Amino acid sequence: MTHATGLKYLKQDSLPLMWCSGCGNGIVLGALLRAFEELDCRPEETVVVTGIGCWGKADDYIMTNALHTTHGRALAFATGIKAVNPKLQVVVLMGDGDGVTIGGNHFVHAARRNIDLTAILVNNYNYGMTGGQFSATTPSGSFTGTTYYGNPERELDVCALASAAGANFVARETVYHGHRLQDYIKLALNKRGFSLVEAISPCSTHYGANNKMKVPVEFMRRLKEKGVPQAKYRRLSEAEQEGLFETGIMTDRDAPDFNTRYAEIRTLARGL
Amino acid sequence: MKQRFEVILAGSGGQGLVLSGILLGEAAILEGKNVVQTQSYGIASRGGFSQAEVIIDREEIIFQQVQSPDVVLVLTREAMEKYSLLAASVPVFYDTTLLDRQAGENFYGFPFTAMASELGHAGTANMIALGVISALTGLVKPENLAKAIDRRFSAEAARRNREALWLGVGMAGKERDNGGI
Amino acid sequence: MQQAAKLMQGNQAIAEGALYAGAGFFAGYPITPSSEIAEECSRRLPLAGGTYMQMEDEIASIGAVIGASLGGTKAFTATSGPGFSLMQENLGLAVMAEVPCVIVNVQRSGPSTGLATKPAQSDVMQIRWGRHGDQSIIALSPASVQECFELMVQAFNFAEKYRVPVILAADEIVAHMRENFLLPEAGEIPLVERKKPLGDPAGYKPFQPDEDGIAPLAAYGSPYVFHVTSSMHGPDGFSNNSPANAAWRVEQLHRKLERYQAEIALTKEFDTSDLDVLLISFGATTRAARAAARLARQEGIKAGVLQLVTLWPFPEREVRALAGRVQRIIVPEMNYSGQVAGEVRRVLGSGADIRQVNKYNGEIITPREILRAIKGDVDK
Repeated sequence: MTHATGLKYLKQDSLPLMWCSGCGNGIVLGALLRAFEELDCRPEETVVVTGIGCWGKADDYIMTNALHTTHGRALAFATGIKAVNPKLQVVVLMGDGDGVTIGGNHFVHAARRNIDLTAILVNNYNYGMTGGQFSATTPSGSFTGTTYYGNPERELDVCALASAAGANFVARETVYHGHRLQDYIKLALNKRGFSLVEAISPCSTHYGANNKMKVPVEFMRRLKEKGVPQAKYRRLSEAEQEGLFETGIMTDRDAPDFNTRYAEIRTLARGL
Repeated sequence: MKQRFEVILAGSGGQGLVLSGILLGEAAILEGKNVVQTQSYGIASRGGFSQAEVIIDREEIIFQQVQSPDVVLVLTREAMEKYSLLAASVPVFYDTTLLDRQAGENFYGFPFTAMASELGHAGTANMIALGVISALTGLVKPENLAKAIDRRFSAEAARRNREALWLGVGMAGKERDNGGI
Repeated sequence: MQQAAKLMQGNQAIAEGALYAGAGFFAGYPITPSSEIAEECSRRLPLAGGTYMQMEDEIASIGAVIGASLGGTKAFTATSGPGFSLMQENLGLAVMAEVPCVIVNVQRSGPSTGLATKPAQSDVMQIRWGRHGDQSIIALSPASVQECFELMVQAFNFAEKYRVPVILAADEIVAHMRENFLLPEAGEIPLVERKKPLGDPAGYKPFQPDEDGIAPLAAYGSPYVFHVTSSMHGPDGFSNNSPANAAWRVEQLHRKLERYQAEIALTKEFDTSDLDVLLISFGATTRAARAAARLARQEGIKAGVLQLVTLWPFPEREVRALAGRVQRIIVPEMNYSGQVAGEVRRVLGSGADIRQVNKYNGEIITPREILRAIKGDVDK
């Protein structure tokens, strides 16, 4: 069997990618397109919905249906698309600023509603496109364009939020682990209900430069060290967990999704 | 037969005044009339000043608000203060269970709330009032109000409300015998 | 054959009009005085095989409506001032991406939270100019329960025909008023469906207008794969930042409505055959204006009413045509600044005798108040 390349989903006349050298977005895009190919997703039955931000530009490179929306609102648009056409594969690409900072309310409610969307959130620890200001996932104490003295706020655990809000599938992986990322994206695409894959991919241009991690290779090495598979992470003491984060599948369940529940409502209404 | 009626039903939120206005309107449409029903209310679902207005006309109703009322129902002190002066020229119906007796020939006081409680359905005071008012003023025929009630409510609720309506109609008969309207 | 008249509330008639037009999707967030529309939709849409969604806020509501429309389903939302403010950014996306949809704004008294249960007509300029970026929009304003229904159907027809969002600018008075209503039979009012692409899917360009100035719109899930973006884009729907392309897009968005101005600008006239004083009104205030014109005629003043059924694009030609025949124009509206009066001045120039009747305390303008202005007892 030949390996999937994902090339048939790549809009090649839009190359080169606009992202900085050292950015992990290309790795996530590759993982997504290869997952499409391995699952044989049909472009006409696939809709990629994006918000605003570096990762939100990904739709420019994808040869499926696409909707590039306003900042933070991609999940809301995607919800409408999926609600009227349940057979579509709807994939939502958002960054941390887009997905859980300005768009946090929609994130919570898309998960609660368990609408059958696959959200792929690239967490780069800051607002990259506007020049590296802090977002809801910027680690506490770290430096950005708007935390000159260090971030006084705490970072949000995006996966824990999705799980608590009711998502059916939640996984986290780093861009160092591209193949595992691709496996999780495939599981997420196949899962009915709201699924989230969080890709940890710190912005080397801004976050890295502001936090003494300017060289992308060093960044990659750190991701390898800091991202600890779930089973191992959970065996560690709290002190040992300091500075590390958990990777792997956090939630996997099969609660009925919105469209299934709503189809039941239609049947109920007509029976009354 | 009068061509046009302008009706004000005033009290507080939760007294069923808007519903009464709707039923009056539906009954009038059954009689082939034009109807406009409006309301004025505050932000509270219960309590606070609330008012329903109904205009019934054979002709097209252009301006939608009541400008010179022909019939007024008041169910609270605030509503009475607002409209008691109208009794100089038009009938003002009020609830003697809730309000002090008023002197003056156009005041028509009935213990709507007490009667509804006696029926065992305290919430039907508005229907008793509709029965009294329709029978005494000829706004709409009580049987059309009964039809409107049947269309709006489920069987049991319709029965209760119809019972209250006819109690009001009967009450009006006595009032007329005593030389009322 | 029409069915027997029923007593119907304006908000209900709006929902009824949407269903008649073939709407299959509503997403909204409860807000006074529009909530009855959502309630009616939650009951009726599942029966019709459609979907009602209550979103987390108005931003999400219009987002979902736009998504549903691109999915090929006629979609709408309903709100009032505060919610309409929240919708502006995504409404701009609907303009930019040429997505047919209908937004009902049941106007209430402001500013801000204002008087939640009281009427106003103070969002006229927000409807026209409330979004960033240069753009135009269609807005219709009903004066009766029957018009709530008819203009809702019309709003969907305009949205589908011109590939635009359309605003139904209702007010608390018509929305909460109940009056006689006749439901037209299916087919009695013609319905417009958006133009779909034909030919080879590989050549489909979602923003390339046909001869008629309108680009065909596919639906997600059809053989026509397409790309839509809120950013500046070329005919193929992909980002294109060249000045020539940007200018072409902005012009295209404006010119497709300018081209069809004559069929979009709807008005009604009352008592205008012989005329000295013209009342220009819209929405519920039209009723007070008509009543005032009748009172004036009883006193020997030839007054009549031009009802602006379409608020935007502004019916300039219709205003000019009647204004040329009168000595005085009066614009009654439930706002302080005279939002429509200003527009009438813009159209007629400074020479015209244009007077305002404004009320902005949550109360309704009465025929007597307008009559005073007709008789000259008002500041210019």
